[in-house]
Amino acid sequence: MTPAEIRQEIIDILDDISPDEDLDNLDDQKAFREQLELDSMDFLDIVMELRKRHRVQIPEEDYGHLASMHSTVTYLEPKMKDL
Amino acid sequence: MYDTIIIGAGMSGLAAGIRLAHFDQRVCILEKHYTIGGLNSFYRMGGRDYDVGLHAMTNFARKGDKKGPLAKLIRQLRFGWEDFKLAEQNGSSIRFPGVELDFNNDIAMLESEIKSRFPDQIDGFRSLCGSLLDYSDMDGDSPDFMRSAREVMAEHLSDPLLIEMLLCPLMWYGNARENDMDFGQFCIMFRACYLEGFGRPYKGVRVILKNLVRKFRGLGGELKLRSGVANIHVEEGKAVGVVLDDGTELQAKRILSSAGTVETMRMCDDITEPDVAKAGKLSFIESISVLDCKPKELGFDRTIVFYNDSPNFHWERPDDSLCDARTGVICSPNNYIYDAEEGELPDGVVRITTLANHDLWSDLPEEKYRAAKVTQYDEAVASAVRFMPDFRSRVVDTDVFTPKTIRRFTWHDNGAVYGAPDKQLDGTTHLPNVFLCGTDQGFVGIVGAIVSGISMANRHCLQV
Ligand SMILES: Cc1cc2nc3c(=O)[nH]c(=O)nc-3n(C[C@H](O)[C@H](O)[C@H](O)COP(=O)(O)OP(=O)(O)OC[C@H]3O[C@@H](n4cnc5c(N)ncnc54)[C@H](O)[C@@H]3O)c2cc1C
Repeated sequence: MTPAEIRQEIIDILDDISPDEDLDNLDDQKAFREQLELDSMDFLDIVMELRKRHRVQIPEEDYGHLASMHSTVTYLEPKMKDL
Repeated sequence: MYDTIIIGAGMSGLAAGIRLAHFDQRVCILEKHYTIGGLNSFYRMGGRDYDVGLHAMTNFARKGDKKGPLAKLIRQLRFGWEDFKLAEQNGSSIRFPGVELDFNNDIAMLESEIKSRFPDQIDGFRSLCGSLLDYSDMDGDSPDFMRSAREVMAEHLSDPLLIEMLLCPLMWYGNARENDMDFGQFCIMFRACYLEGFGRPYKGVRVILKNLVRKFRGLGGELKLRSGVANIHVEEGKAVGVVLDDGTELQAKRILSSAGTVETMRMCDDITEPDVAKAGKLSFIESISVLDCKPKELGFDRTIVFYNDSPNFHWERPDDSLCDARTGVICSPNNYIYDAEEGELPDGVVRITTLANHDLWSDLPEEKYRAAKVTQYDEAVASAVRFMPDFRSRVVDTDVFTPKTIRRFTWHDNGAVYGAPDKQLDGTTHLPNVFLCGTDQGFVGIVGAIVSGISMANRHCLQV
């Protein structure tokens, strides 16, 4: 997957977790938490959905990388480039 | 071999099942009864639909709200708001002799009521609101969680009557402990009832249960009714599976039980004597009256009335009598603001809940039991009409259920509605792969039980 495809995949997951959220104006550099009402349960869901959909394993100590869209895509790129 | 076996198809078990099935686990829910719902099921009798429990769903939220337990569970279970479609309450009241406090889903209403009835307490009330624990502090780690709610309230409020009045709805809707409440549980219920408020789906609890089951099955989950778990089979300090009442053996990597703490311990074949003293003992009778008119035609527009006939609120099991009708809850499911397209409920209904003693009800021989249902219905209604218009001449049908009924349909010791006073907030047991969810884990009520199922599934069954 290219970074753009990974980004789209994250958007799909966010849309699935929280369908009422307006994701069109998401600022990739800003933390998800500042823009969306996501709590720790929702973050766990992003991790779980990635595992379910793409068999991507994210160890707990890496959850910090999922802070913003930009950091998430950067973190996932090596893990998902061959998918 | 299942990844997870869930014991009980009540709110918490179904919710947990959805989470696990969504994330591709092989999961099976085993339910002893022939239908789903547990403490909050539904039935049909004499051509009418009845709910077992539903007065109100606490934790009301509007479409688009992102905070709070209801929004969280809708997200976690991948539902939409329309699936739960809650109508808001008209408004509810706390009625004690000579004084009444109204409240609705906007805390400003309760505040202004306190300001006018208890003017010198309003600052205290606001500081009490400011001291509430947040939902994120509800895992039991907060040192204040286990404090006495009465003690904390007394630090803010000096009028004992106001303390009793504020406690009355919160204990009625979610307190397993007699006479006092853990401050943490107080905060959960304060948020659920006063800050978030009450709602109800037009069609009652069946909508919620049907949505839960449809989703669970749609994700490939298995639900087996009439499949009571007789035994949790333990080998070398670990559960390896369950044995059903009919002898069928099923294996699983882990077990999540909503049957209750003591009830689950009793199933484990490595435990010979569970500590039954730990089971809860607060149970209810529910007296349902169907009227030939709508309650509002009798001048009754309240959604819920929590009444108590003296300045002291006694939240305890009646030890020497079948029931204690000094305090009770009156609910009219008609008194919600339903959508125009839904219209009004077909029948006028008044439901009254009063405290009851499980053992005394269960000891009655069949004939006496049936007679007692009639006399105790009369007593509950006679007590309630001191706090609402007398509707007795308008009753066309009645139904009563007792702690014995509750026990028969849920298998909870003592027919305890809110389970054991001491909760197992982290959901663990003496076995490394058996966990608790629902009533005895900590969260009660419909929304509470669903949230419990979700969080225990996340914590113990998914993050592995
Ligand atoms: C009269 C009444 C009124 C209520 N009113 C309201 C209300 O207005 N609003 C509100 O929010 N809440 C209300 N509640 C509370 C609410 O219904 C409960 O808190 C909630 O439903 C609890 O769900 P649960 O999943 O924790 O437990 P349960 O519903 O008890 O689920 C446990 C399930 O496990 C099954 N089970 C037990 N043992 C076994 C076994 N050995 N094998 C297989 N299955 C087993 C039981 O049959 C049951 O289905 C009311 C409850 C009652 C009784």
